[in-house]
Amino acid sequence: MLLQQLINGITLGSVYALIALGYSMVYGILELINFAHGEIYMLGAYFGIIFFGFLTVLGVTNYSIFLSLILTFLLSIMFCSAYGFTIEKIAYKPLRNSTRLSPLISAIGVSIFLQNYVMLTQGATDKVFPNLFGARGFYFLSIRMTYIQLFIIIVSILIMIFLRLFIRRTKIGKAMRAVAQDKTMASLVGINIDTIISITFIIGSALAAVAGLMVAMYYGLVNYFIGYIAGIKAFTAAVLGGIGSIRGAMVGGLLLGLVESLGGSYISGEYKDAYAFVILIIILLVKPGGLFRKAELEKV
Amino acid sequence: MHLLEFRNISMHFGGIKAIEDLDMRVKENQIMSIIGPNGAGKTTIFNCITGLTRPVKGSIFFSDVNIVNLQPHEIARLGIARTFQNIRLFKEMSVIDNIIVAQHCRTSSGIIDAVLILRKFRLEERIIREKAMEYLEFVGLYDFANTMSGSLPYGAQRKLEIARALASEPSLILLDEPTAGMNPQETVQVMELIEKIKKLGKTVLLIEHDMKVVMGISEWIVVMDHGVKIAEGIPEDIKNNKLVIEAYLGKEY
Repeated sequence: MLLQQLINGITLGSVYALIALGYSMVYGILELINFAHGEIYMLGAYFGIIFFGFLTVLGVTNYSIFLSLILTFLLSIMFCSAYGFTIEKIAYKPLRNSTRLSPLISAIGVSIFLQNYVMLTQGATDKVFPNLFGARGFYFLSIRMTYIQLFIIIVSILIMIFLRLFIRRTKIGKAMRAVAQDKTMASLVGINIDTIISITFIIGSALAAVAGLMVAMYYGLVNYFIGYIAGIKAFTAAVLGGIGSIRGAMVGGLLLGLVESLGGSYISGEYKDAYAFVILIIILLVKPGGLFRKAELEKV
Repeated sequence: MHLLEFRNISMHFGGIKAIEDLDMRVKENQIMSIIGPNGAGKTTIFNCITGLTRPVKGSIFFSDVNIVNLQPHEIARLGIARTFQNIRLFKEMSVIDNIIVAQHCRTSSGIIDAVLILRKFRLEERIIREKAMEYLEFVGLYDFANTMSGSLPYGAQRKLEIARALASEPSLILLDEPTAGMNPQETVQVMELIEKIKKLGKTVLLIEHDMKVVMGISEWIVVMDHGVKIAEGIPEDIKNNKLVIEAYLGKEY
């Protein structure tokens, strides 16, 4: 039972971690809480359904499910990245030199817009993602693990390793860290700030797309409102780990998934969604900087 | 030949005239100092050159290119680097990464190369690291390559800032009070360092309060007061200039 819930929690937590990374990366660079990020995740799920359906019509799924999935992931990532890129250019960039509250409100506006946009174009009812893996799974040390759970955990871990290497090792990763620490200084060593901000949004959106698509595969159902709750939970995960910290977002996401899963089975499943917010309140009271960030004074 | 030329530059902040109608020329491969009391507009000059503030009037030519309307990163890529009066390192990055970030504006591997970890990318990474170590050696920080730059001692942080400025391969390097807060021994080291930088063929523009440093290494001095250039010349002339003595140096000189 405990081990079983751990597996469920890690699965859920991996998804939260992927979304939380997007929040954290954007916050690290712009000090903006991108409330539209949850909507990108929701779009990822919808694009998954749309493109998978499209490939089914074309007959690619009959040829190879594996190939169709890869194509679906790639297309979904591309479209979500384009959305993320565009949102930054339209809704945040013009407000970059205004007060901190303005882009935040703009973000909430984008979020509401995208929800309604999807509701109008896709309908308010649940959409179904075809059940590819079925409920098939395997037993490992008396724990039952479905293939889709295994898939989610492995993909998430690979992405996180890759992201960490990217940020530590590559030119762009280093430029991102430099921009996060001091934008002016970064521009003075020749880094184009606008490009780095765009890349950050593109990467964050790509991660959200993967998360959304995997959740669509996991639960099979998608509606226009899933981005809201997932977004807030991932935000909690980012705060829990220390917003702005990449490692924090990963750990925070996993912890939150575990708490929800364990709380849901040992305390009460009714309050599943409340645990995230209880954690948020406790963290803000006890350790407002999060687990991986020194408590800092508010920048003026 | 003039590497940098100010033509009629004015910069106002609200009603305050930080710089007023400034004409100034910096000769190639020269060490030139800007001096003047606090609020004379020295740092504003640096901010105008590097694109952090846009002058309200006039033009700045760098190698015959007007850079007034360029973005800071574009100006950096043209070959101008600077340091700050209050040190601005990337504190949460290692010493060598601070250098590497600055080198990147001169490297060619793009995102695709990095993602594919192509051979070109790997090779370039190795060359960059070796080159970065050379810059560290140049300023005497070779042994600190993997230290977090925020935990370096104060004097070493200043040197790292200079090394980082050099790493973007500028032809003009702007140093804003590089000896501020340093002890006499460190000050001498920095003076030697500046002369070494000149020997690399670079042009150095210096803001400095320490008269020993200014008179010791400058080949040309521009004196600012309340946003206006009140004198310029070789150190000997500046020392004896009446206006300068009144405005700045005091009776000691």
